[in-house]
Amino acid sequence: MFELLGVPPQALFGQLLLGLINGAFYALLSLGLAVIFGMLNVINFTHGAQYMMGAFGAWMLMQYVGIPYWGALLIVPVIVGATGILLERLLLSRLYHLDHLYGLLLTFGLALIIEGLFRKQYGSSGLPYTNPIPGGTNLGFMFLPWYRGWVVAFSIVVCLATWFMIEKTKLGSYLRAATENPTLVRAFGINVPRMMTLTYGFGVGLAALAGVLAAPIYSVNPIMGSNLIIVVFAVVVIGGMGSIMGSIVTGFGLGVIEGLTKVFYPEASSTVIFIIMAIVLMIRPAGLFGTQR
Amino acid sequence: MRWKAAALSALTAFAAPAALAQMSDGVIKIGVMNDQSGTYADLSGQGSVWAARKAIDDYCKSNKCEKIEVVFADHQNKPDIGSNIVRQWYDVDKVDVVVDVPTSSVALAVNNITKEKNKAFLVSGAAASDLTGKACSPNTVHWTYDTWALANGTGNAVVKTGGDTWFFLTADYAFGHALERDTAAVVEKSGGKVVGRVRHPFPGQDFSSFLLQAQQSKAKILGLANAGSDTTNSIKQAAEFGIVQGGQKLAGLLVFITDVHALGLQTAQGLILTEAWYWDQTDANRAFSAEFEKANKGNKPTMVQAGVYSAVTHYLKAVHELKSDADGAAVVAKMKATPTEDALFGKGEIRADGRKIHPMYLFEVKSPKDSKGKWDYYTLRATIPAADAFRPIDQGECPLVKK
Repeated sequence: MFELLGVPPQALFGQLLLGLINGAFYALLSLGLAVIFGMLNVINFTHGAQYMMGAFGAWMLMQYVGIPYWGALLIVPVIVGATGILLERLLLSRLYHLDHLYGLLLTFGLALIIEGLFRKQYGSSGLPYTNPIPGGTNLGFMFLPWYRGWVVAFSIVVCLATWFMIEKTKLGSYLRAATENPTLVRAFGINVPRMMTLTYGFGVGLAALAGVLAAPIYSVNPIMGSNLIIVVFAVVVIGGMGSIMGSIVTGFGLGVIEGLTKVFYPEASSTVIFIIMAIVLMIRPAGLFGTQR
Repeated sequence: MRWKAAALSALTAFAAPAALAQMSDGVIKIGVMNDQSGTYADLSGQGSVWAARKAIDDYCKSNKCEKIEVVFADHQNKPDIGSNIVRQWYDVDKVDVVVDVPTSSVALAVNNITKEKNKAFLVSGAAASDLTGKACSPNTVHWTYDTWALANGTGNAVVKTGGDTWFFLTADYAFGHALERDTAAVVEKSGGKVVGRVRHPFPGQDFSSFLLQAQQSKAKILGLANAGSDTTNSIKQAAEFGIVQGGQKLAGLLVFITDVHALGLQTAQGLILTEAWYWDQTDANRAFSAEFEKANKGNKPTMVQAGVYSAVTHYLKAVHELKSDADGAAVVAKMKATPTEDALFGKGEIRADGRKIHPMYLFEVKSPKDSKGKWDYYTLRATIPAADAFRPIDQGECPLVKK
């Protein structure tokens, strides 16, 4: 078979699959951001910290209560989502009438505080978390750990379900309508502020879910979110701020591109996404799937 | 920052007794700079600050001390931030000596500035052996360990057990490059071969792509030329991808005890690693660690933090013998002329190139069932005597060494 730039095709398939797996994390995280931005017009910089809280939540449940991974997968997003709701009610909701910038500053500051508190309590070198499905299978071109297969399948399901809920159900149509014209939707007797609160809670829950998924494979430490969040923002910008399908497709797509960069020129793998972002912004300022507002 | 510095110097002007005026501005000011918030914060961070203060306390119990101050800062592992802080320290805040500085790229920058300003620099956290090689300086002492010593310890041990083909996973900055270079030299010298390498951005999170490349290289040994959470993430993900089941072995070239703690013994067991110091080796170490633990959220000290204690102790001795801390090069020359001795590192010396000499230890990480308690992690495999532990002085290409 052919060789591409000196890389045998087997290696290439392996890297494509790995890219897809990493893309699953980008997609889940950017989905939460897109949902929040779409409905609340808030750029949620706390997202990385909430992802980290998800991973720590899984660890705490295991450590203090003895609840294993599968329980954490259900419980942690709800708990962290509830903290999100609290945050929205107490702080964020007071900023809706102001410029975007205020929401950004508030959430950024909160992220620093949350990370600082976790660092103070648990240190920075990370905590151990056991892989719930060890082992894997040899696909011929690569060794696929069961756990990574599970992550990819599960996040695709979650992403599609979210997309379906927002784009195809009645509840979703309320949400979209409230984004377009909140005053009019309120006139129909729909409680828009409550809807926004729940949306924020849901977006935060998605971040926490990604955190639980990450705990068995990445080091659980307070800065795990801030390492990732900048990339995820780039994903959202490339996909188009607020576009649900855009963030899902771009998340997976950029994971693959980043994976390929790791083969051909690993030194650039942390910058390639930003280069793409710059190019996309020059050609389509609203992002690949975004529409100009 | 400015007003704080001003307030401090105003304060010290009143506090310093006239009799001790020979110390520059009447006070010995020690600046501990390291990672206070990122991936290296647990292995250096506040623990190193504590160790510096502890060294001062212990020294001043048996010696008459003038005013000694400790300041600290977070360089965030970025050379530009580190350089700015150190310039401010030397020019405005009258810091006399900078200690610790993990992250080799930052340490190399501080090394240059310290020489330019004629202050003193005691490296404990950074690893690059260039600090006593091409970049050696009359103002710098490299205390605890370096990449050559790690390569010599772990690299040699692994090659001896049959690991003769290597693939490197290297952090893409000065430290990773130096560690890879020094280990590759050891491997090739003992008849082994390096079949490939990949350089990952620092700090990284997902190493699966690189691990796949390592798997496909068919090398017997995957050498991890990285540190902190990069290493723990690599090891965690290597287990996930069945690297060890596939017949390849991992060589963690720089693994700190805090990394083993973060991984848990289940994942870390069997790792071979090289350290300069372990908390459970002597009564003095255990006593120091017990105190450290109380002040640092139940953690045991790393070799880096112990090295800070030892280095500061020796610095104070030299300054007192000289009766001045003004001339950094003179203080370091005095440190080199005096044999070292302290509770944690025992007897040793500092060579002309700035390298502190002591034995290094090859440890194996215990299995969960062999571990008798919290932080009981290592079994001693071999002691590398001081004479063999570091790069021979004539091989470092340090301009300070007369040929």
